[in-house]
Amino acid sequence: MRPKTSSRDPLAHWRSANTIKVLLKTIAEETKNLGKPLRLMEICGTHTMTLHRSGLKPWLQEAGIEMVSGPGCPVCITPDFYHEAIIDLVTSGENILVATFGDMTRVPTRKGSLQTTVPASGSQIKIVYSPEEALELARQNFDKRVIFFGAGFETTIPSIVYTVKKASQQNLEAFFLLAALWLIPPAIEAILSSGEVAIDGFIYPGHVSAVIGERAYAFVAEKYHLPGAIAGFEPADILLGIMSVVRQIKQGKPRVANEYRRVVKAEGNPQALALMAEMLEPFDADWRGLGTIPASGLRLKPEWADFEASKNLNLALKPQKTLSSGCRCGEVLKGLVGPRDCPLFGQACVPDSPRGPCMVSYEGACLIEYKYSAGAKKK
Amino acid sequence: MKQVSLEMGSGGRLMRDFIKDQLLPALGNQLLNELHDSAILPSGLALTTDSYTVDPIFFPGGDIGTLCINGTVNDLVVSGAQPEYLSLALIIEEGLEIEVLEKILLSIKKTTAKNRVGIVTGDTKVVPRGQADKIYINTAGLGRLQGRPQPDKIKAGDKILVTGPVGEHGLAIMLARNNFQMSSRIKSDCAPLLFLLPLWKKGSLWMRDITRGGLASVLAELAERISYPLLVEENKIPLSRALRGAVEILGIDPLYLACEGRALLVVKETEASQILTWLKKNPASRQAAIIGEVQDKIGKKGEALLQTSSGGLRLLEPLTSELLPRIC
Amino acid sequence: MCLAVPGKVISLEKDGVGQVDYMGTTVVANFSLLPGIKTGDWVIIHAGFAISKLDRKEARKTLKLFQELEKLNPSE
Repeated sequence: MRPKTSSRDPLAHWRSANTIKVLLKTIAEETKNLGKPLRLMEICGTHTMTLHRSGLKPWLQEAGIEMVSGPGCPVCITPDFYHEAIIDLVTSGENILVATFGDMTRVPTRKGSLQTTVPASGSQIKIVYSPEEALELARQNFDKRVIFFGAGFETTIPSIVYTVKKASQQNLEAFFLLAALWLIPPAIEAILSSGEVAIDGFIYPGHVSAVIGERAYAFVAEKYHLPGAIAGFEPADILLGIMSVVRQIKQGKPRVANEYRRVVKAEGNPQALALMAEMLEPFDADWRGLGTIPASGLRLKPEWADFEASKNLNLALKPQKTLSSGCRCGEVLKGLVGPRDCPLFGQACVPDSPRGPCMVSYEGACLIEYKYSAGAKKK
Repeated sequence: MKQVSLEMGSGGRLMRDFIKDQLLPALGNQLLNELHDSAILPSGLALTTDSYTVDPIFFPGGDIGTLCINGTVNDLVVSGAQPEYLSLALIIEEGLEIEVLEKILLSIKKTTAKNRVGIVTGDTKVVPRGQADKIYINTAGLGRLQGRPQPDKIKAGDKILVTGPVGEHGLAIMLARNNFQMSSRIKSDCAPLLFLLPLWKKGSLWMRDITRGGLASVLAELAERISYPLLVEENKIPLSRALRGAVEILGIDPLYLACEGRALLVVKETEASQILTWLKKNPASRQAAIIGEVQDKIGKKGEALLQTSSGGLRLLEPLTSELLPRIC
Repeated sequence: MCLAVPGKVISLEKDGVGQVDYMGTTVVANFSLLPGIKTGDWVIIHAGFAISKLDRKEARKTLKLFQELEKLNPSE
């Protein structure tokens, strides 16, 4: 009988407890004769979320697979100096509107968080779900300068810059982008070239891959001889990805497998990539925890300078080390340690009073571990 | 902290800290210190108060008028009291259209009639334009006890029920307030819980109306109050399909979304299935469900555990801060 | 970082904007990153933008794989 995707719940089959059980069983069969435990890194915070929410981690551990979280959380890797610069601006008496995605407003810095900062009269901080909303804000508030603090990886980058293009077409002169745009492949390269972390294979982010395609990860297999699979975000999707990586290890043939073909095409999204190439140029960006990584960030090209917030507003972006003492967020992001290895986890650092962004962001490894691991209260 | 932040009023930890560190030291007494939804007064009366600053004032499924009456009535019901008298205080911004005010008053009238309560005293203030956002309402309610919550009698085996699908008020407000460019059939679940009163004599041990912080926060609060851990099953929690779609798009956990017409009940094990049948006969609680139980096999005292649909175990904590839509 | 849902395109307007349905919720989405989309197509929506078109054939292939795996490992 031909299976049908149901429009009642299109993802039902990928979440079915039965399918999950069968996939776990198959993986356990494959790892039985491997002889050693495996450490696989899932880059993307949304993968970490699914692994925890679905309770897959303990089962995978039983099958000899330890999943390590990577740096795929844009709120986590955006350094504090961005937030601090904005806080200075909104409290300075300038009449501005700052639009940003939700979690960003709760990142704790030495100057407080965007959420607890009380803006000076006239200024406001607004939460938006899409870059389009930020643009709409600019249209409705033409008497104010609107800064869109847009952070994201390749999944979100095309949408963010498209908004700038639209602002230009609509002559919205008071709309500015404070961009925190990060690239995944350079981060993977940085982790691998440092040699600090022992990883046996990767689960690549499905939706980033929908934009950048399969070849972007080829260097991992060719230069570092490590296997990897692009995976989607339902429990069954991740398990298919893990299954592929395990098989690649057994066959001794590392490559970039695509286990999310219903969404990811080999060439990615050419339209999105062309837009990025048109408007953005790479630079050596400063990542929280990972330090400066060559060609790992994107910024607006000089011809788009009119929309660059740091060039048109009094934004002092001062790169510096800003993690509070004891916070090991940086090492968590690299996969060097897990959340529970941090002395602050569950004690001084809890969702109510986070010490670092990994406990703030819904994609942060520490928050996910805390929220979804029963018994997190007792360390 | 030198200035009051929005966080302090959002119902989360910062608000509780404010109450504990500033309010109670200044004002505390034996009754206030209990921090119940309603104060149980000597002579068998219960008293409660709430202020309503909802934005927008009209939303799918209700308005500030229906809210300000149902909310206070429900606080009395879950404390075991039959609501009898209400006070109504209005703080109105200069310039509010009379037509808008009349609509709200009509809602209040209809809702008080539905709840068989009377507004017996009140106050009206008008403040200059810009010094309030359209209208704020405070209601206080007085009721007579029909039964008493008995959290100390709750033991392993007692069942946990909800009276219907959760999260709809919170989502309706979120969608109405923000420009998410999404449309949904979701309406606020704002409704009276008066129909639950008879359950105080039928085996109900504890009730809470699920408001800010959602189901998860109530469960966490319950766990803190009783002597046993509790375990609920994600698969058993009623959620409408429309809500499930919307929260996935926004990346929100529906267990933390507010309701305004749903209750969580803890009932004696022996009465549970009868109570469920009784609830399901009522159109207001047709989708009521037993979602879990108080138990002593898994977890520790003080823990509210959720078994996820994939079989994992999750610890539920109270809402820590204003729910934000997640984006990568 | 990859929060996105699969939805069905129910209407397309000029200017690259349209509406997508996911489990009864309608989302306004921008299709400028996906030329050639038609109503009835399934797309992945992220932050208000359609970033990829769903390949239904590939989806069915995966579902068939699940079925085959279940046959080899019948549930107890």
